[in-house]
Amino acid sequence: MVSRTERLRVIWKRFFEEATLIGVDSIFIVGIVSAFIGAVTCIQIAYNLTNPLIPKSTIGYMVREMTILELAPTITSIVLAGKVGSSIAGGLGTMRITEQISALEVMGINATSYLVLPRILAAIFMFPLLVILAMALSILGGYLAGTLSGVMAAQDYIEGIRTDFIPYNILFALIKAVVFAFLVSGISAYKGFYTEGGALEVGAASTAAVTNSIIAILLADYVLAAVLL
Amino acid sequence: MIEISNLEKSFGSNQVLKGVSCTLETGKCNLLLGGSGTGKSVLLSCIVGLQKPDIGSITFDGTVYTNAKVGIRQEIRRKIGMLFQGSALFDSMTVAQNVDFPLQMLTPDMSAEERRDRVEFCLKRVGLENAGNKMPSDISGGMKKRVGIARAIAPNCTYLFCDEPNSGLDPATSIKIDELIYEITHEYNITTAIITHDMNSVVGIGDHIIFLHQGKKLWDGTKEEILNAEVPELREFIFSSSLVRAAKRVEEEDGPQGLEQLAQEPLSEL
Repeated sequence: MVSRTERLRVIWKRFFEEATLIGVDSIFIVGIVSAFIGAVTCIQIAYNLTNPLIPKSTIGYMVREMTILELAPTITSIVLAGKVGSSIAGGLGTMRITEQISALEVMGINATSYLVLPRILAAIFMFPLLVILAMALSILGGYLAGTLSGVMAAQDYIEGIRTDFIPYNILFALIKAVVFAFLVSGISAYKGFYTEGGALEVGAASTAAVTNSIIAILLADYVLAAVLL
Repeated sequence: MIEISNLEKSFGSNQVLKGVSCTLETGKCNLLLGGSGTGKSVLLSCIVGLQKPDIGSITFDGTVYTNAKVGIRQEIRRKIGMLFQGSALFDSMTVAQNVDFPLQMLTPDMSAEERRDRVEFCLKRVGLENAGNKMPSDISGGMKKRVGIARAIAPNCTYLFCDEPNSGLDPATSIKIDELIYEITHEYNITTAIITHDMNSVVGIGDHIIFLHQGKKLWDGTKEEILNAEVPELREFIFSSSLVRAAKRVEEEDGPQGLEQLAQEPLSEL
């Protein structure tokens, strides 16, 4: 089969199209999920912290640590596995069964570099940005929930999120985001690109893409924590 | 001219092509005729490079395609235009963008204006000059086939392959699509290969017909010769069509004049 890659200009244009679909179109769902996760985390930690010897600022500290180390990168990636993964697998699967991929191949266009590479690159670029957004909104959600419900004072929360900050944790979260992006986009693209059959198989490919991506995220999450922390 | 020599292709233990040798002639509509499951689509897939044959060779105007280097294969592929059974238009693009796509990808030297002119020309050639801004989901099956043809000829293809261009179309639209392919083939001197099992296409545009049966080429010839072919499998295939059977019966009962008379009768009276 023909395997020459497509011109850089073409890949670049496709990258921006995919970055919009993967990144910009996911801002709303990532924002909602992360804000509420931050809020719920704050309320639940406050509910469990009954010891008067532990300062209230610990709640802010724990929300920050949980958000940066685990909730923002992992939950965001799982949400994106559902939204972006199914979209990639469904889109490519439909293109396969309607012979659009064959049409590209017949034209002498490398379908993998034209269709798959921009999606993977766009995911690797956009996931970390969405994770950064998720971190900010989650911490903000915790702040709003804690202060508006009267669980803690705003001052305590801010003191908590500024305590013992380790910049490496941000880097760790971003490394996780890049790895998860590669896993979600790669698995989903593979499942979609090699779909055979009809509409039923496209649905099955989307489901398999999401399921396999989530399992891969959880496995990689454990491995990265064991290796990098 | 495309020369196919001793082509074999198997999927597991199922041998689909069993040493097919034939020639697709330049400037002619070469029809690959045969029943379902006889290997027509697999043969076409091998010719256009979507599948690799196990044994045998395919030569495009003297250049061997099978086992050639990537650069040579890429060069040949860029001379190929293909109309798929389901048209295979890109859903996310308008009709004009679909036609422009191969130009954009394959002819980087063309300016945007030249490409626009070429798209307009190709759409006009297939009678869709006013449909450029429509999405594929907004047009009929026949129009999709026309867009597919426009997209195939846009980069000045040398070889045109059509996978059942009439499938899913009403008889009148089928004939129009056949005529369009026939005109384009002769106008631009293209080597055209068409998969079909439609007898209307055979008698309408069959410059050169290749009959496949159970993975083997059993017969080839012209539309004038096909009705008198002596191959039993081919005769069985041809005369399974009610229209051909009826025409044959009229010819036997009333002679050639009966057929002429039949052809002149309005469709409503047949």
